[in-house]
Amino acid sequence: MGMQSIGRPTSPFPAGVSDAETVSGSKGLLQNEGLIFEIGCPNKTGVDLPAPEGKKNRLGGVARKQGSGLPGLSEPEAVRHYMRLSQKNYAIDLGLFPLGSCTMKHNPRLNEKTARMPGFADIHPLQPQRTVQGALELIDELATWLKTLTGMPAVAMSPKAGAHGELCGMLAIRQALIARGEAETRKRVLVPASAHGTNPATAIQCGFIVDEIKADARGRVDMDDLKSKLETTDDVAGIMLTNPNTCGLFETDIKEIAELIHAAGGYFYCDGANFNAIQGRVRPGDLGVDAMHINLHKTFSTPHGGGGPGSGPTVLSDALAPFAPVPFVVNDDDGFRLIEETDGAASQAFGRMVAFHGQMGMFVRALTYMLSHGADGLKQVAEDAVLNANYIQARLKHVMTPAFDGYCMHEALFSDAFTAEGIETIDIAKAMLDEGYHPMTMYFPLVVHGAMLIEPTETESKQELDRFCDSLLSIAERAAAGDETLKGAPYLAPMKRLDETQAARKPVLKWTAPDPDALAAE
Amino acid sequence: MRYLPLTPEDRAAMLNTIGAASVDDFYEDVPESARLTGTIHDLPDHQGELAVERHLARLAAKNTTASEVPFFVGAGAYKHHVPASVDMIIQRSEFLTTYTPYQPEIAQGTLQTLFEFQTQVAAMTAMDVANASMYDGSTACAEAAVMACRVTRRKKVVLSGGLHPHYAAATRLLCEAQGIEVVQLEPAVDGELELAKHVDDGTACVIGQSPNVFGTVTDLSPVADAAHEKKALLVSVFTEAVSLGLVTPPGEMGADIAVGEGQSIGNPLTFGGPYVGLFACTQKLVRQMPGRLCGETVDADGKRGFVLTLSTREQHIRRDKATSNICTNSGLCALAFTAHMTLLGGKGLEQLATLNHEIACDLADALEAVPGVEILTPRFFNEFAFRTPVDAEAVLAMLEERGVLGGIRASRLLPDDGFGDIIIAAATECTTQDDIAAYAAALKEVI
Repeated sequence: MGMQSIGRPTSPFPAGVSDAETVSGSKGLLQNEGLIFEIGCPNKTGVDLPAPEGKKNRLGGVARKQGSGLPGLSEPEAVRHYMRLSQKNYAIDLGLFPLGSCTMKHNPRLNEKTARMPGFADIHPLQPQRTVQGALELIDELATWLKTLTGMPAVAMSPKAGAHGELCGMLAIRQALIARGEAETRKRVLVPASAHGTNPATAIQCGFIVDEIKADARGRVDMDDLKSKLETTDDVAGIMLTNPNTCGLFETDIKEIAELIHAAGGYFYCDGANFNAIQGRVRPGDLGVDAMHINLHKTFSTPHGGGGPGSGPTVLSDALAPFAPVPFVVNDDDGFRLIEETDGAASQAFGRMVAFHGQMGMFVRALTYMLSHGADGLKQVAEDAVLNANYIQARLKHVMTPAFDGYCMHEALFSDAFTAEGIETIDIAKAMLDEGYHPMTMYFPLVVHGAMLIEPTETESKQELDRFCDSLLSIAERAAAGDETLKGAPYLAPMKRLDETQAARKPVLKWTAPDPDALAAE
Repeated sequence: MRYLPLTPEDRAAMLNTIGAASVDDFYEDVPESARLTGTIHDLPDHQGELAVERHLARLAAKNTTASEVPFFVGAGAYKHHVPASVDMIIQRSEFLTTYTPYQPEIAQGTLQTLFEFQTQVAAMTAMDVANASMYDGSTACAEAAVMACRVTRRKKVVLSGGLHPHYAAATRLLCEAQGIEVVQLEPAVDGELELAKHVDDGTACVIGQSPNVFGTVTDLSPVADAAHEKKALLVSVFTEAVSLGLVTPPGEMGADIAVGEGQSIGNPLTFGGPYVGLFACTQKLVRQMPGRLCGETVDADGKRGFVLTLSTREQHIRRDKATSNICTNSGLCALAFTAHMTLLGGKGLEQLATLNHEIACDLADALEAVPGVEILTPRFFNEFAFRTPVDAEAVLAMLEERGVLGGIRASRLLPDDGFGDIIIAAATECTTQDDIAAYAAALKEVI
């Protein structure tokens, strides 16, 4: 998306003011900051270590020939480096972060405190199980919460993120088909066109083939299309369906869908990314779901951290529970125990997905959050999340075009139908940067043209929602009126629009030292 | 409730704006038979900070921490010192509470740290390019195997007998789901070079590890040569990232793909996760890599900036044709890694690695002096395997009674391979001479 600024106004401000160049390259509080390779030095370090004695060596000659040449920084320089960079990031702690499907809610600080208790942070996954009874008890307690909230009998705790949980669920389905002797014939997985990209990608990773089903005019699964896909059933492995779906809507026919899939001999995988909208109000176990991952980093408030780590425990029905991966925790006369091998109690397990036992640091945070809210609070979470989204929809729908009629769940979806010719969703998104907001999810789901998916979450006040709506309405009105200055946004962010085409055409994926000859020639 | 800003008055006003009578209206699409009334039974109601903190503290107190006893447990996760500033940096709200940097104009902080991370990982592994991290070492290993199959259009991978058994299991699982044949060589303390004998024209890659799960360091160059002769790839694995400061790195051995666990740098043990998978490869293979990549570009004013790039490999664009289903990576753990590396620098890493090695040598000397102990690992970095005259599980239990966590019995990782008398022990910069003396003394008592 190379933005050509020539011929367009580049700034709504008097010439020379906002574009003023400074000697330092900084602008007020926004500090210019180079790469560590430009400011650091290979002989510098910010860590004091005892000098090696140089006497002993048992490497047998398997020694590194060339040093890495990486620079170091003293502690004050390193701290300042990261502080300066941090100022160039938007974050939930700065303001509303309305990314649809991402559930960017407040991350309580108590969670950070408990996760850092040495009894959780300073224990090794393979130390004797007698010495980690509290850790195993915590995993068991969290598992109980997840099973109770979802109404499902079992949960696999080890998946590392949402997509890894999808992999877990689909591998459990594959294993169940193997046990039935039908793994070779049942290869087809139905996936709605509106699904997260991870769904089809996961199905393929598990050796399935993807058969896309259409959305109807109401943004739900097109039941006629689904039924036509089920005219032949002996090749059906299952369906992967997000509920509430990626249009922010509850799948009204979900129980019938589950019955049709089960009647066809397949399994029902539910993408649980949007569980925040329904916890305490609906249990997936009552809807016929066979497997569902839960993003602890969405619904249960563990921090997104700029792209992870996540955690994706996956609840399983009675039909799939025997195939759950190792390890898992059992509680018997000997206390809490890890089942780590695929024999005995786990003889039907589909295997091991990952080293060790899952994202313990995220488990501590999620359980802290659950205990804080309690069963009553989590229900209120869902209701406030849905209320906030509907409030946004109600306040914006007079200017923006709702993608579908009626109430939404936890996120409000709009199409770009209201924008004037030439103004696109991305222009609205980039203008929001100038208003001090992270944009909504853009161009997803794919079934809505120029989609804008807004998920405020429950941790926003009415005042913050009003401020956000006022900002977005003003941008939307400009978009409807064809205001060309939107094409140059952002004007006030730390950077102007970045050239993503150039980045992909000639990828520069690491810093390389400037060629000394070229420098000399300058 | 302290995390919910809406007041009852707000809720009423908002419902009024919407034109709904109550929130129940929003749930009318839920089939009636599936609607819950009241709150969920069997779960407690909300609690204040103090009560919750007490509950968690009670659980935490039941665990023995690595810092409170002489501690020698490794095998894929290592007790290292994390500088205080690293934890402070990753708790900055702007890093902690932000999303994947899909809006680069307001995410240069995250993006620049990822670019620096990629550069550091590439330099440490001596590879051309690295991605912006994976879930952990084991999943990185599995992804490397399927990537090698994509690159070579072959369907067989060979795993060494020294590959961490959890890594082997995760790799086997993903490969078998995709119809890829997996050849697992017999577990062996010093068998990485055996891989060279198991490459044929159908082999996509061989996967070797150095230091391996028994601690053995191996120059895999002969394996790389054998693989390349058959147009197969070498995937070189490590579970101890600090070793890269001292031990021959993957790039110096001719590896095509290097994967490993980055936990040792900047990240606490945390009972196994979250950790940070490192993934690097040759320039030639970059477009077949899984996971996110950060690249340099310019903005509309010509200013240098960074963006996520080559996303046409990824699931959110390519869907069923993506190189992997991975979406989330380990952003914050990668930040901890890169911040710690920035403090260390290349020299600091080398010094840290040397210190680890020398302390492990001290440990080996002390244990070797105990009658009946036989060190099995011929060349090691900071971890080695040794044989005891009695059952390893019993030895470790008796050591535990004497307040020493003396390592891992190999049979916990390899239950069926006759390793019942083998213990794998690791030492790091956190290990003191007193710890070593305590271990040796306790071991002398129990065997």
